[in-house]
Parts: sequence; C-alpha cells; structure tokens
Amino acid sequence: METNNTNSFEPKVVAFVCNWCTYAGADLTGTSRIKYATNVKIIRFPCTGRIDFMLLMKAFANGADGIIISGCHPNDCHYTSGNFHARRRWMIFRNLLDFIGMDVNRIVFSWVSAAEGAKWAEVVNESVDQFRQLGPATAYQKLIKNSEFQEVE
Amino acid sequence: MNNLQQKAQQLLESGNYGLIVGYEKGTSGKARPVFIRKAEHASKLIFDESCDQNIAVYLYRQEIKHDKKKVIVANHHTLKSIVELAAENQVFDGDFMVLAFAENGDIIELNTFKEIEKHVATLYHGLTEAEAAMMKKIEDMSLEDRWAFWENEFSKCIKCYACRASCPMCYCPTCTVEINQPQWISVPSHTLGNLEWHVMRAMHLAGRCVTCGQCGKACPLELPIQLLTYKVALDSKQFFDSVAGTSICADNALAIYKPEDHENFIR
Repeated sequence: METNNTNSFEPKVVAFVCNWCTYAGADLTGTSRIKYATNVKIIRFPCTGRIDFMLLMKAFANGADGIIISGCHPNDCHYTSGNFHARRRWMIFRNLLDFIGMDVNRIVFSWVSAAEGAKWAEVVNESVDQFRQLGPATAYQKLIKNSEFQEVE
Repeated sequence: MNNLQQKAQQLLESGNYGLIVGYEKGTSGKARPVFIRKAEHASKLIFDESCDQNIAVYLYRQEIKHDKKKVIVANHHTLKSIVELAAENQVFDGDFMVLAFAENGDIIELNTFKEIEKHVATLYHGLTEAEAAMMKKIEDMSLEDRWAFWENEFSKCIKCYACRASCPMCYCPTCTVEINQPQWISVPSHTLGNLEWHVMRAMHLAGRCVTCGQCGKACPLELPIQLLTYKVALDSKQFFDSVAGTSICADNALAIYKPEDHENFIR
C-alpha cells in the first residue's frame, strides 16, 4: 500500500463482516487485484445480526484503534432481516458510546454487497485514513493498562 | 388504621389472598419493601412519597412463587414495570392484584393486565425535570469531558451488581457477567471491566427500561448509572417511537425492525 509518511501511525483495524455479502465482496476485491490498506483484520460472521456489541467492546479492549462493520444492504440479508435488527442495535449502541464519551468515529458502518469489491477497498482505505487521523485510542489504552496492572496485583 | 391498611386486612382475612407486597417504614426516613402474610400485620403498610422503590422486582421471585394469590401495592414506577414484565411474559394475568393510588389518594384495584395498562396510560412517561437536567448537563459536555466524567464514575464501581438486582427487567437466570466461557466481563472491578459492564447493562435494557431510576437509587456508591439506561430509553423513543411500560403486547424495540428505520451513519 502507498503511504506518504513511513513514520506515521498505523492503526490496528478489525473488520466484522457478514459471510454473504461483505466477505464475498472483499474476496472480489482480492480477485479483482484492487489494493487496499493492510491494517485491517477481517473477521467473518454468519450475519451482521450476529455481531454482538460486546464483540466490539472486546475488540477495543484488545487494542483495536478502529472497527469496521459491514454487511448486506437492507433487503439483501441472507436471513431476511438480520441486518435490519443489526441496524437498530447500532443506532442505540453508537449513541450510547457517544454518551459515555467514546469517539464514535472509531467505528465505521457500511453496507457492501458481494458485487462491490471496489466499494470495500474504498471503505477500508477511507476508514484507515480516518483512524490514522484520530491517532491511537489512547483513552481506552489507558484503561487496558490499568486493568492489566490490577489483575497482576 | 388508614384505608390501605384496612383494605389489606380485609383482603388477607377474606382468605382469597395470601401475600401483600408493599412498603413499610424503614430507617432514616426511607420506606422499605415488606411482605405481609397475616392480617394482624397489615398495620405495617404505608404509602407516601417516601415509597419510591420499584418493587415489581419481587413479583416473579422464587421465594413468593408458592404463596396464594398476591397483592402488590404499586407506585407509578412499579406499575410501568409490571406492564413491561407482562409484555415480556414474565408475570401472568390473574396471578396477582395491584393496589394503585389515584391523585386524591383513593385506592384503585387493578385485577387484570388490561386494567393496569389502562391505568398506566394515564400516568406521565418520561424523565422528571431534575433527571432531564442531569442528562442535558452530560450531553452538553465535550467528548473529552464526558469520557473523563464517566471514567471517574466507572472507576468507583465495585461491581456489587445492586443495579442488576434492583432492576425488574434484569431477570435472566444466568446473566452475561456470570458466563466465563468466554469471559465477557472481567471479574475484578477495574475501570475497563466496569465500563463494559455498564455499557452491557444499558444495551440489554434498550427499549425495556421504564426510567424508574432504581439502579441509580440502589447503587451504594451513588453513581449516576441510571442516566445510561435513560439514554437508551430516550433513543428508543426518538428512533423507534418505543416507550417501555406502556403496552402489554408491545414487542421489544430491538427485537423488531422496520425497513424504513432511518440512520445517517452507515455508508
């Protein structure tokens, strides 16, 4: 991947994607030989409806600087309604995180279909740029450090 | 003997009712829940503005499962919780009678869920002015200040789970915090685990919280954790027009969906 500044901070990004649309879309990105940021670690889920908010909390607790969540477009869900349920959950969750003072820009939500290989590359690249600008998740890392100290004690 | 005590005595003497759950005078000017099974103890019952605890939490407890038909003396928080518990099939129509109070202090007997629902429709749903002011105070802070505020509050939490125990809607026999394969919430009470616990508790109450504030009242460290569940309750109303504790047949806001749900953050 192209980076202008080799010393710049590289965010650790976790992508929670659904098996039927975005995972296949990301596959298409690869087979189409479109390059995109290597920061992202893709985790495949059966459906966006399966992505529990606690998994996102755990990703942050394990040092993620940013999270991408992606699944089928509305009305395209393999299980008919998983993404509709997920959407409701995110609407509540995102506002709750904002309320406790977490930067919701660290979580990017998108719909990427199996045909949108190019969109996936775009989503990842733009998200990684966004996370790079936000810098390391220092507020959360402080909590992680404190929790480790107490557990050893 | 006042009206309530006389009523309670009659009900227990009639033999049709086996238990009255209500309030008695507690220490330092507070009321506490009381369970009355004998008519001669009916004089313990009180009902005044000190009775602000949500006692719907006792309705489905194992300890009173085998008592004969129950009566519950309900304030407006308790009434809303009963409606929400009915919507979630946790209490059953005809299992108990509710004694509610009209504005002028008259006792209202509510025997069926339909009657309770109708009475609850006449009550005010939403935050009090003081609660709304607290919400506004936090929402007006900058992101960094909000984080600092909650980090400080969460750092004090001792994970006693009094918030969970006091909440009528927290009835799962096995809570996610007790699951250790995988360990969702870390056991020691450090700020990170406390934050995760409170986020999880609020999320699990989304669309179900009746904004009684009992979690905050129960907190021994007086953390304003009720604001988290108020936040999800207000959002459920704003986004999905769902207000918990108003309908005995409503579906949970996060268990249903509408294709036209509108958000502005998914690209």
